[in-house]
Amino acid sequence: MQDLKEIQRKIYPPMVEGDHNYGSVTDKISDITLKKRTPFGWFIGFGIAFLVAQSLLFTAIYLVTTGVGIWGNNQPVDWAFPIINFVWWIGIGHAGTLISAILLLMNQKWRTSINRFAEAMTLFAVACAGMFPVLHTGRPWLAYWLLPYPNTMGMWPQFRSPLMWDVFAVSTYATVSLLFWYVGLIPDLATLRDRAKNKYFKVVYGLLSWGWRGSARHWHRYEIAYLLLAGLSTPLVLSVHSIVSLDFSVAQLPGWHATIFPPYFVAGAIFAGFAMVLILTIPLRVWYNMKDLITDTHLVYMGKVMLATGMIVVYGYAMEAFFAWYSGAQYEVFMMYNRMWDGPYWWSYWLLILCNGISIQFLWFKRFRESAFWLFIISVVVSVGMWLERFVIIVTSLQRDFLPSSWGMYAPTMFDWSMYIGTIGFFFALIFLFVRMLPVISIFEVRALLPDAEVDHHVKDQKAVEGAVEG
Amino acid sequence: MAEFDSSTELVAAAERIRDAGYTKTDAFSPFPIHELDKALGIKRSILPYLVFGGGILGLLSGLGLQYFTHVIDYPIIVGGRPYFSLPSFVPPAYELTILLASFAAVLGMLFLNGLPKPYHPVFNVPRFNLAMREKFFLVIEREDPKFDYEETRSLMEDLNAQEVFEVDE
Repeated sequence: MQDLKEIQRKIYPPMVEGDHNYGSVTDKISDITLKKRTPFGWFIGFGIAFLVAQSLLFTAIYLVTTGVGIWGNNQPVDWAFPIINFVWWIGIGHAGTLISAILLLMNQKWRTSINRFAEAMTLFAVACAGMFPVLHTGRPWLAYWLLPYPNTMGMWPQFRSPLMWDVFAVSTYATVSLLFWYVGLIPDLATLRDRAKNKYFKVVYGLLSWGWRGSARHWHRYEIAYLLLAGLSTPLVLSVHSIVSLDFSVAQLPGWHATIFPPYFVAGAIFAGFAMVLILTIPLRVWYNMKDLITDTHLVYMGKVMLATGMIVVYGYAMEAFFAWYSGAQYEVFMMYNRMWDGPYWWSYWLLILCNGISIQFLWFKRFRESAFWLFIISVVVSVGMWLERFVIIVTSLQRDFLPSSWGMYAPTMFDWSMYIGTIGFFFALIFLFVRMLPVISIFEVRALLPDAEVDHHVKDQKAVEGAVEG
Repeated sequence: MAEFDSSTELVAAAERIRDAGYTKTDAFSPFPIHELDKALGIKRSILPYLVFGGGILGLLSGLGLQYFTHVIDYPIIVGGRPYFSLPSFVPPAYELTILLASFAAVLGMLFLNGLPKPYHPVFNVPRFNLAMREKFFLVIEREDPKFDYEETRSLMEDLNAQEVFEVDE
């Protein structure tokens, strides 16, 4: 019997470790939010992130008052850092939706203690992503021109353009992610309302939780709504990065015009996103002493997803090269040759292969997969790699196209960098605020994971018998 | 209102009051319990139909918007494609389908649940602030046709509950 339990534990490792009951998981997670004293480390972390975020503010002000000429974008590379960073951030967001929606549909219980966090990451990443195209217009106050509304110019947006599809895909994605996240938060906000000692917080959490009281009839509809949202988010998340990839592949430029782009982009997005989830969870579970809720098993699973999606991405790289060669089209062959060997940016291609292709091979080995330290290092490397991937696709394809007379070089200016780094600071500042103000782990879902939560039919039958005898 | 320590006890008690013929009942738990739907006789919600309706509305409005703008109001040939370029019109219509279906799911859920509702009599029971933490509650409402103070009270006390409360309106 003992052996059987041991084996079972190996196959289905428990998702909540330690001696927890409903009350203790509730206290543990909600205390992070409710306790009066903010940890000193939080101020340091938030302070650094907030300072870095100022570089975004200054760059945006300078950009708006001067013009997009402060960036390095120019013929022939007109699409450079703004789109690289946009795609990078949007991609990072995808892991959040994958964890919250697709893993829910697949009944993967390990998603529970990381979904809230990953969804917040999605929202913040999409917020960072959205700034790039809007600021790239140069006149962000006219960004509403992207929306179809009757206007005095008598014009409409061009729906045959993938860029317009992008507007719809990204705005829908941001909205639905927000809805999904908020619906998940409602029961936990009710918990915070009941536990908050401070009168004002009680009112705020009470308003945000809409008077949720955990009624069985409410839970019934709630679960239907949650499942349907997951079902709707799944095709949504797959469509978003597919549409982002169509921005490129609908163009006829060698290096962009490839049918493999949509699945290859989606896999890359999830790959990058899991790397970011790992970068955030590994320190979080140490600082807040939450190794019993975000267990080592969680990290191992995330490492495996990263390896699997990473291998799909590597397949994408191989196919890009193969298609170029197999097409026999001279421009395609030249593009690949230019990208890998002969062009001025050959180093970026091989750095990309090193970061995304070679580094993840370590994850085949238990020793690396089970070490939080190595997972963290590999995740950082992969994040850099995924940024390089977009750099390679965009810059090496644009800088030398069909006509040698229109070839050129691209170099980012300091304002390209200051804006990019600024969004990273902005992202982390938002993450710090989220950790302090809202429950980072879905409390009600963790309660449902505890062994007691399952209704024991055996006991129930016995009770029924006893009741019948007594009655 | 009766208080319980575990989901198993709550479901067993819910089944007993259902079998006793009470219909205006409700249970409160800190996480969803699927067995309660059957134990309390909760009918399947109409929410999925609302969501389907939202999706259809999104699809039609997406296609309608693009048809109106590119075929009726401002027809112009771009990239040699027909005025009604269906393949190009799929992505925006698809996104709008998902958007409106999601709104239908969330707003429909809140509306059918009667939320927001900042005040509810159950909040008057002091112990009830453990409902979203660790305790389980079962309620029989006074409006129930079978409700009889003495009888209902004795049934509630017979449920192996931790404690039985009366809820002030």
